[in-house]
Amino acid sequence: MGQLEELRAAIVDGQNATALAKVSEALASGLPPEQILQEGLIAAMGETGALYQAGDIFVPEMLVAARAMSAALGVLKPHLVAEGIPSRAKVVIGTVQGDLHDIGKNLVAMFLEGNGFEVVDLGVDVSPARFVAEVNNGASAVAISALLTTTMVNMADVITALAEANLRDRVRVLIGGAPITTEFADEIGADGYARDASSAVDLLCQLLEV
Amino acid sequence: MTSSRERVDAALNHREADRVPLDLGATSCSGIHVSSLAALRQALGLDEPGTPVKVSEPFQMLGEVTPDLLERLGIDAVRVGLPNNIYGFANDDWKPWTTFDGTPVLVPGEFPTEPEPNGDLYMYPKGDRSAPPCARMPASGFYFDSITRQEPIDDDHLDPADNLEEFAAIDDEALEHVRREVERLGATGRALVGEFGGTSFGDAAFVPGPTLAHPHGIRDLEQWYMSLVSRPEYVKEIFERQCEIGLSNLQKIHGVVGDSLSAVFITGTDFGSQGGPMIGPKTYRALFQPVHARVNNWIHAHTSWKTFIHSCGSIWRLLDDLADAGFDVLNPVQTSAADMTPEALKDRYGDRITFWGGGIDTQRVLPFGSPEDVRAMVRERMSIFGADGGFVFNTIHNVQARVPVANVVALYEAVNEYRSYPMEPLAESSFDKGRS
Repeated sequence: MGQLEELRAAIVDGQNATALAKVSEALASGLPPEQILQEGLIAAMGETGALYQAGDIFVPEMLVAARAMSAALGVLKPHLVAEGIPSRAKVVIGTVQGDLHDIGKNLVAMFLEGNGFEVVDLGVDVSPARFVAEVNNGASAVAISALLTTTMVNMADVITALAEANLRDRVRVLIGGAPITTEFADEIGADGYARDASSAVDLLCQLLEV
Repeated sequence: MTSSRERVDAALNHREADRVPLDLGATSCSGIHVSSLAALRQALGLDEPGTPVKVSEPFQMLGEVTPDLLERLGIDAVRVGLPNNIYGFANDDWKPWTTFDGTPVLVPGEFPTEPEPNGDLYMYPKGDRSAPPCARMPASGFYFDSITRQEPIDDDHLDPADNLEEFAAIDDEALEHVRREVERLGATGRALVGEFGGTSFGDAAFVPGPTLAHPHGIRDLEQWYMSLVSRPEYVKEIFERQCEIGLSNLQKIHGVVGDSLSAVFITGTDFGSQGGPMIGPKTYRALFQPVHARVNNWIHAHTSWKTFIHSCGSIWRLLDDLADAGFDVLNPVQTSAADMTPEALKDRYGDRITFWGGGIDTQRVLPFGSPEDVRAMVRERMSIFGADGGFVFNTIHNVQARVPVANVVALYEAVNEYRSYPMEPLAESSFDKGRS
């Protein structure tokens, strides 16, 4: 097995220590950071997402893989920055105002990072104004999550706030969470709905053409 | 005339009584948010506007379903619990408060009513304000959620006892409370559902340690979910020890109340998400099924109680294993999740499992549909789940806040219109066809 294949396998298996060792080895052996990102991290997230969608792995396995990827990315990131490798796009993410449930949102954030996006994670209970401020800071996409029927309706307020700040045309809005559907996304004027973390990555790539 | 208890027991034994039994409030997962309860009571003419209702469960902000409403709606089951709530304090010393949506309520004395400078409400374990807060209701929110209090995790020195601090032998005072409650509520002729905690293994509501001032062990939910695959021996040890304590408590409770309970709430751990199971069958079989089976087997060998499992989400792929673990009753039957088709559930599990829920979709139809949509779904669900007993009508999880009261009124009107046996077969099914 090649170095990057071992890195990819360690991430998919959620082996933190092995993933850290493999990414350091790959860097030490002189492999370009961008290749490590593509063939190690992005490949691992793609495989993990596909296993989840096929029903072969579940939330705990997704979480350990995403955590291992995050650890590896922590080592790799300074090298990507030093080489001037640009991120695919800047995405601001958070749970909608009033909603404190963040496990799904955290998975999406980690998957986006592992796929080369710059992610600004505003955490939970995020006001429309805070999303708007990050779009003013250069985010080209907004990703909002809600678990509750009582809070999903607040997603529309973010879209209204973006429109009022004359930013709606230059940002893509992606929503997700248990009660969310494509119909609801259409109804409130979001650009799309993603049912899981890897669908969110795919949809964002498609919407932003990156 | 059939009593409520007889009606519920018939359903639990897969027989048709005079009508489908109805639950609202007999468990912490089958109740109604205090704001929706206040609106319902006023719409039914039970209360004048401005009359406060009691918050009986402060985490999900459920309201107390009082005898007048039980009578009015024809509710057949009531809850028997322990003296203290999920945050470890008693529901007493009531004081007035107004929820963020303007509903006047009564809350227990230890319930926090003074918001933080940012508008949030902080809940304290056992009301102890010298401890870090254990839960938070965001400004303008409707519920509390746990605040993560996680010490740094040192994998070389993890001790299962740290995750067991909140599980202890039931004391005499609590046993006496249970005995009195059974006596009081049993006299009403309604079916009693026991909810005593302690056997809900790995429940996300309890893992953060809501009653503990300084929780130790694994308390962060993401870490907990990861531990199911990365620290399985640790989790297994917790579950086994918790099971010993839980079984010993159930024995003591049975010694006091005997077979007066129709069902007992065993676990509220959610095994499903919207799109599929949260954990795989292998993880379920390795960690959860052995302890579930031990509890269920003990109950079946020593009592007449039926065992009740609550799990949200899409759990179709786990249902064979859950049924094999010996559960008799499934709640909330989340038919709005993937693969949870009412006809298929009834067809495959109807002879083994009583569906306590599945009556109305609370994610889409009840909050966002019309009263006619509500009526149509109630009629359909009565017909599908009601056949041959094995059905206790309940909404899919608690009736949440922000639900139009006209829909809640329509819900219970439709329940009482369509709950009588024999069920009319449906000419056509309007829901769940072609739904994703």
